[in-house]
Amino acid sequence: MKRFLTTKGLIGITLLLLIALIAIVGPLVIPPDAATAMDMRARRAPPSLDHFLGTDQLGRDMLYRVILGARTSLEIAVSAVMMSIVLGLPLGLISGYFGGLTDNVLMRLVDTLLAFPALLLALTISAVLGPNLQNTIIAIGIAFTPYLARIIRGEALRVAQMPYVEAARASGTTDIMIMSRHILPNILPAVIVQGTISLAFAILAEAGLSFLGLGTQPPAASWGLMIQASRDQLDIAPWTAVVPGMAVALTVLGLNMFGDVLRDILDPRSK
Amino acid sequence: MKDIVTVDHLRVEFATDGGTVVGVQDVSFTIAPGETLCVVGESGSGKSVTSLSLMRLVEFGGGTITQGALNFTRADGSTLDVAAASPDVMGQVRGNEIGMIFQEPMTALNPVFTIERQLTDGLMLHKGLTQAQATARALDLLRSVRIPEPERRLKQYPHELSGGMRQRVVIAMAMACEPKLLIADEPTTALDVKIQAEILALINRLKRENGMAVLFITHDMAVVAQMADRVVVMYRGAIVETGPVDQIFNAPQQDYTKALLAAVPKLGEMKGKSAPERMRLIGDEATHAALAPAPVRKPKVLLEVKNLTTRFPVKGGILRRTVAQVHAVEDVSFTINVGETLALVGESGCGKSSCGRSILRLIEPASGEILINGNDIRALGPQDLRRARADMQMVFQDPFASLNPYRRLRAQVAEPLQNFGLTADLDAKVLDLFDRVHLPRDFLNRYPHELSGGQRQRVAIARALALNPKLIVADEAVSALDVSVQAQVLNLMMELQQDLGLSYLFISHDMAVVERVAHQVGVMYLGRIVEIGPRAAIFDNPSHPYTRSLLSAVPIADPSKRRFEGDMNFKPISSPIFPLGHQPAKSQYTTVAPGHFVLI
Repeated sequence: MKRFLTTKGLIGITLLLLIALIAIVGPLVIPPDAATAMDMRARRAPPSLDHFLGTDQLGRDMLYRVILGARTSLEIAVSAVMMSIVLGLPLGLISGYFGGLTDNVLMRLVDTLLAFPALLLALTISAVLGPNLQNTIIAIGIAFTPYLARIIRGEALRVAQMPYVEAARASGTTDIMIMSRHILPNILPAVIVQGTISLAFAILAEAGLSFLGLGTQPPAASWGLMIQASRDQLDIAPWTAVVPGMAVALTVLGLNMFGDVLRDILDPRSK
Repeated sequence: MKDIVTVDHLRVEFATDGGTVVGVQDVSFTIAPGETLCVVGESGSGKSVTSLSLMRLVEFGGGTITQGALNFTRADGSTLDVAAASPDVMGQVRGNEIGMIFQEPMTALNPVFTIERQLTDGLMLHKGLTQAQATARALDLLRSVRIPEPERRLKQYPHELSGGMRQRVVIAMAMACEPKLLIADEPTTALDVKIQAEILALINRLKRENGMAVLFITHDMAVVAQMADRVVVMYRGAIVETGPVDQIFNAPQQDYTKALLAAVPKLGEMKGKSAPERMRLIGDEATHAALAPAPVRKPKVLLEVKNLTTRFPVKGGILRRTVAQVHAVEDVSFTINVGETLALVGESGCGKSSCGRSILRLIEPASGEILINGNDIRALGPQDLRRARADMQMVFQDPFASLNPYRRLRAQVAEPLQNFGLTADLDAKVLDLFDRVHLPRDFLNRYPHELSGGQRQRVAIARALALNPKLIVADEAVSALDVSVQAQVLNLMMELQQDLGLSYLFISHDMAVVERVAHQVGVMYLGRIVEIGPRAAIFDNPSHPYTRSLLSAVPIADPSKRRFEGDMNFKPISSPIFPLGHQPAKSQYTTVAPGHFVLI
């Protein structure tokens, strides 16, 4: 536990806890229509005492919107990244460990998915399944899987050639045991790094889907949707971009710091 | 004549997260013109820090010279204190008046520049030569380091040259501006023994011809004996002993020097002895005794390898088809008796490691038979193979890579037992194994990074012993270890052989170590065994030209037996890559003496 108490670890954890708290408690204390209530007299109002973080082009309060949007954004991003890890980890692990034909078949499959831009892929999946929260998660999760699988395969390939894997094989360890005991712990740092980066992209991917009418449905709020909406008023109302942008940035910052510390904790060498 | 270098009470500190760490302290020595000073020590002794300080390169590694003077006599006769020199002055000195050779010839050259560019850059910068003049000088330099076809080499890139040629280019670069001092930091550690002999002879000749001083950093006492005029022995950042090379080797004053020398195997010292003998270790009187000669009985064959052939595909073309094959192991046959050691020796790429891996079927052989107790390994299915491997275990070279950094030692040693369901009394068995390899019991719950290289190698041996194997394939198992640790691990292996009746396939490039541990020796060259026989026969009566050239290249840890005075040029090793369908001749042997065979 002591190793969590580095400056970096503390900042990371505090940020994440704070954001999670806002995302959970926010909807309970703020009336649900606060995010959609329009104040036509105060459209694009800069931050003031009435509206702490200003308002958007329809006069909706940015503070309420960013708080209520947190839940949607994080729910989608975290679930989607989890899903891509669940799919990509075994794919990459098996591919990198066994190599040869298995690797070729699996990786050509992954290459096919990679040939489509992630967002386009998510778009297609989302369009086929229909626009709702769950399908958005599935769409983003599948779209992110090939990237993760690629990275895990590379790492697994590297670790599979280490002498300790060969020694394990020589002492009669089964393939499943080698993968779970020797390879998985050694590729985890890469998974953590890629996972935290993916989270940021997932928040933005959700925005892209929402923009095209396939993700979160307006007038409900999500960070990505808010960033999208701010795009044509950056010059006159910059806060409409800065507020959700900061929310995403702080989340990613917290995740990265937490990820770094988590990686160090998992590594016995850092003790 | 004035000394080229006078180092006076040098102290280097490194700032780390955990506070200041002293790299070296109170280091003083001098080097006269035309003299070779060898700084010798085990890893972490501060020998490289010392040499980097002389170039003021230590700062780039986070070190600071906090005390002492490093006086260097410049070309114009003035004295420069390197420790206090400005970066501008150092820029003129580095590479110009002090030349440096690094350990790794693969990375010391920039892969995207031609050899010409690497050599001429420094000349144009330091000597103000024109491109044409610099190229002419570069050609001269390549000739002086005896590179074949120097004109062609100029236009080539580093990857097109062999390791030995690359190190010659690195030396040519260091010599380009006719430095007064040449610093060589482990210049031959990464090289094969024959190339090492060539490079050592080359450095000797260049020193004689140019009268420069040489600061030679190494961990290898045999190289010291061959190269040094005077020796500085370092240990944990401080000087233990300084003196002329004869005095250090024949009458060492300090215990550490004595221990270091005792642990070095000397080629030729096993002459006339029938059985392997433990290494002498100071303070361990038990090891002075020779191993009890094995009770005379009819030797029982454990492993029999017949006509083993292993090939690797070389892929090429757009479709990545197999276009050629590396003939890694070619028609190799040998037997290992119960309780005996067969050493396979040879240079890198000769197929000795592939041979060891093929026997465990960690790589699949192309043809041949591998019989262990009469049981053909190659005929086994996956499940039977898994069980058969319990009889044959492997110990690898790199103790840092052969243990999983994420698992406790207890778990790693227990794993082979768990694999075969032998989990009754697991903890007691693991404890026994730890005792066997003389590891303290409180290491059980540690992670590999908390151990030194020698301790890790003991863990690897414990893991290999877990299943009570009959054969251990030791692939360069002691090559990465410091010499005193190497001696301890070798003694452990010999002790286990005696106690447990183990057989070893001992794969090594180090002839002196092999002479110490082996009952039988096989010399490999281009995938074939060119000579095989009892240890005494191979060392006393080497009959294949390759064995002879290999033995003539080994440095001997005795300054009275210098061998690298004249230029040495060995025949380069040809390539083991052949087109598909190439049918090599069978290996046929003549008998020199009973049990001693030489490839025709």
